[in-house]
Amino acid sequence: MNLLISIIVVSGLVLLAAGIAASHTASYALTVVAPYLVFVVFLGGFIYRIVKWAKSPVPFRIPTTCGQEKTLPWIKNNPVENPSGFWGVFGRMAQEIFLFRSLFRNTEVKIIDGRPIYGSAKWLWFFGLLFHGSLLIIILRHLRFFTEPIIPCVNALSAVDGFLEIGVPALYLSDVALLAGLTFLFLRRVIIPQVRYISLFTDYFSLLLICGIAVTGLLMRHFFPADLNEIKTLAMSWIIFSPVVPQNISVVFYIHLCFVFTLMAWFPFSKLMHMGGVFMSPTRNLANNSRMLRHINPWNAPVKVHTYEEYEDEFRDKMKTACLPVEKE
Amino acid sequence: MKKNKWGMIALGLVIFLIMVTFPFWYGKGSKTPPPVLSLDTPVIHEMKEKRCVEDTSFMRANHMKMLNAWRDEAVREGHRQYTAKDGRTYEKSLSGTCIQCHSNREQFCTRCHDYVGAKPTCFNCHVVPGEVNK
Repeated sequence: MNLLISIIVVSGLVLLAAGIAASHTASYALTVVAPYLVFVVFLGGFIYRIVKWAKSPVPFRIPTTCGQEKTLPWIKNNPVENPSGFWGVFGRMAQEIFLFRSLFRNTEVKIIDGRPIYGSAKWLWFFGLLFHGSLLIIILRHLRFFTEPIIPCVNALSAVDGFLEIGVPALYLSDVALLAGLTFLFLRRVIIPQVRYISLFTDYFSLLLICGIAVTGLLMRHFFPADLNEIKTLAMSWIIFSPVVPQNISVVFYIHLCFVFTLMAWFPFSKLMHMGGVFMSPTRNLANNSRMLRHINPWNAPVKVHTYEEYEDEFRDKMKTACLPVEKE
Repeated sequence: MKKNKWGMIALGLVIFLIMVTFPFWYGKGSKTPPPVLSLDTPVIHEMKEKRCVEDTSFMRANHMKMLNAWRDEAVREGHRQYTAKDGRTYEKSLSGTCIQCHSNREQFCTRCHDYVGAKPTCFNCHVVPGEVNK
């Protein structure tokens, strides 16, 4: 059901884009107004979400650790998997962000001869890394439309990405890798019953939307070639704040643009915010130093205390009368 | 880490903002106009009806696919005649057909290719007559 709604929404976007391409006023809205609106929503929403997360108090360390904590000098500790200082945390965060360390720990359980057997399961990690890596490369490659003169390293990246020179224009390996990653992530949701059960609209929608962007991009490169000169002129006109409505641009480009704008505007309010959120995972970015430092809960209400000494001072006379022992005479 | 939490968050947000707004401040001030393609060659001047193999918008978007198809058909299959949509015939040849008119590679091919970052390999082998190799 969630999948069906996602498909309907994505198809609706395609129809919307086709409608926009047919109308001059709507084309103006999409190519002149929408880019700035969407960019502001993206930036504003992103900052809002990060600040909102940052405000939530994290009173204590949450040590989900995977190694020996720093302790007595003759016990060997693991400074990255159970960090006690800044550089250990830095190493753990770098592993998490660039290599998806947590996903690498993924296990699967099988019942063999009536007993559960745990084994490693690296497929999600592999395809997840493949997908994210190729998405990054694709975004960087798109800088050729947004910089003039083109940054040399972007041209170099494109050259490496298309080095097999399959077809003209050359097929980019990152495009293939992205589609492979998306296919795995999608099939995983649809085929594994447990994952399908917990999959929501937003899970399917984000996958289908990115898939739609990739497919329309590939269509414009390999099947219905777009006039790149005109597209770059449009992109550069946004950058220099004098946008122009393009004249001879295919409907495929409008669909691509509609998908991208939807993704950008929706991004800060969706689960895709894990892009910023991963930096704020308390189990990853806090050093496990609870035994070295005292962390005081900021929520603690001030407790009114009445110590025994004060109690005795207050009631000494009455205690003496009742023959109770007192510490001070 | 916790003590300078807001410092770290501000630093992260600033890095993020610098990265996503990169195109706006890269090359700031150089408002390079889109490339103008020069049709100023002797052969084109002599043509009565100035037209390419197919119409302009088709050629702009599809010339690389057409050249690639021509390469395969002419070199591998031996079919050297191309019939355009309007029925006229051309020889499938980069040097013999395209470059006869567009003999100004620097002002025609290269301008657009540099602008959009396309790196065709045509001229690794083919030469434009009269052009000095740098």
